[in-house]
Amino acid sequence: MRSSPAAGWPLKTAAWGVIAFLHVPLALIILYAFSAEDKSYVFPPPALTTQWFGVAWLREDVWAAIKLSFEVALASTGVALVLGTLAAAALARASFFGREAVSLLLILPIALPGVISGIALRSAIGTMQIPFSFWTIVIGHATFCVVVVYNNAVARLRRLNPNLIEASMDLGADGFQTLRYIVLPQLGSALLAGALLAFALSFDEVIVTTFTAGQQTTLPIWMLQELIRPRQRPVTNVVAVIIIALTFVPILVAYSLTRADEPVHR
Amino acid sequence: MNTALALPPPPAQGLRRRVSDLLYTRRGLLLLALLAPPLLWFGVVYLGSLLALLANAFFGLDDYTGQVVREFTLQNFRDLADPANLDVVRRSVTMSVLVTLACVALGFPLAYYMARHASGAQKAVLYIAVMLPLWSSYLVRLYAWKLLLAKEGAISWLAQQTHLGWLLDAVLALPAIGGPSLSFSAIGTFVVFVYMWLPFMILPIQASIERIPQSYIEASGDLGANPALTFRRVILPLSMPGIAAGSIFTFSLTLGDYIIPQVIGDSTLYIGQVVFKQQGVAGNVPFAAAFSLVPIVVIGLYLRLAKKLGAFDAL
Repeated sequence: MRSSPAAGWPLKTAAWGVIAFLHVPLALIILYAFSAEDKSYVFPPPALTTQWFGVAWLREDVWAAIKLSFEVALASTGVALVLGTLAAAALARASFFGREAVSLLLILPIALPGVISGIALRSAIGTMQIPFSFWTIVIGHATFCVVVVYNNAVARLRRLNPNLIEASMDLGADGFQTLRYIVLPQLGSALLAGALLAFALSFDEVIVTTFTAGQQTTLPIWMLQELIRPRQRPVTNVVAVIIIALTFVPILVAYSLTRADEPVHR
Repeated sequence: MNTALALPPPPAQGLRRRVSDLLYTRRGLLLLALLAPPLLWFGVVYLGSLLALLANAFFGLDDYTGQVVREFTLQNFRDLADPANLDVVRRSVTMSVLVTLACVALGFPLAYYMARHASGAQKAVLYIAVMLPLWSSYLVRLYAWKLLLAKEGAISWLAQQTHLGWLLDAVLALPAIGGPSLSFSAIGTFVVFVYMWLPFMILPIQASIERIPQSYIEASGDLGANPALTFRRVILPLSMPGIAAGSIFTFSLTLGDYIIPQVIGDSTLYIGQVVFKQQGVAGNVPFAAAFSLVPIVVIGLYLRLAKKLGAFDAL
């Protein structure tokens, strides 16, 4: 590591202050899930209880929303995994006319504000008179999940030693065998990390989903409805904690899988 | 003959081998095979949708039936120039600029600390501490701020406990940015935007500071610069690409968001909300389409500026 002088206290305070700013709200969510107060957001909670977890457990609408979000995330991740890996294989080393344009196209769905991608998909769905369905949600999600898989796969492919591929070919393997026995094993954990992040991204997506879901309720849409018109605050508090727990796991696993590559990007 | 016997049998013959050889020797064909599925998906689904959006911007709405009339008209763009709409655009752009500046001010010290002072386990902990909020649920984090900013919430409580209630009241009494409580004020909207997009600013700045060679900093010191001068003349200019890259995220995410100002804020509208309302409640997809071209144009201009600052080398 580089040798730098010890940080002065103003810098240290500022740095850890920002970390606190990023995390205090998340800690508060966990506290509120145990609050006995059910009419307001009063702080500090007058008493603590675990009863709301039981109440939330029995809510059919919450389960239905979780199920739909899970299925959508699974299908979107599947599509993104195929398309993102193919794009990464094509763009990792090759240089050809239009390469920049292709990588820009992959990034566009997350670079443009979600509301634009959303309304674009909405007007295409409307113009072609396609009814809203499970698949209209998946099409939107898969489109912005591709870049996540792509980023992870491309970082790993660039680290892959090209001599390995040539050695495999020299030893008589054909292209498909080289792919099966040399490239895919090296790529595996990066693809798993990309898939986990794509899953987390889809599971949490709300902006594009509001345009492509019609009357269907994914978990984020359920949450958004509660945010705008709170009906039962304690249940919302509990669901918020569940969402945090469900998204932290894939993120941390993805981080540990790709630590040696470049930092995880969106 | 003998040497041939010593070799292992060739693995696969026939069609598979021929396809494999063809792809290996003709790289263009391999590239085409790899690129065709993603290009088809993005070309048809995404670009197709964006084109449908663009086309809709030139359609009109039948006043009586409320149906989209597919005839070319520029009426939507004339409506855009309405003072109320220009006001929305001005407010959104101002908010995006302020949020970006605040994210730089808050993000830079942490990014600098991560890049130049933290090492080993501490660095990993800090990295995860920045990445977790970035990836964790947008709505849950927004909900957390609803709890924090509510009139009976944690911030009011803290102000009371520290006898700073008068300060909070004074801030809320400010014209234009104040309100009945923090969750119904423009200050609240601003704070939540900063919170939401801050990690997107920290990570690129940190990456760009890490790339500054230690020798540059030593050279600056050897040539007589004190640490403050080294910071101003060496570190800051070289971290500019990172700041520019982060600002693309903070700027464009703020400009297009319609959920945050709907949940936290006074009832004034931002671009995203107008687009959403026009297509949803009003059912006026053509006007919503025309309005959504505004952030595309603004972001396009912003990207040109960011490119000049080297943002794309830091992404």
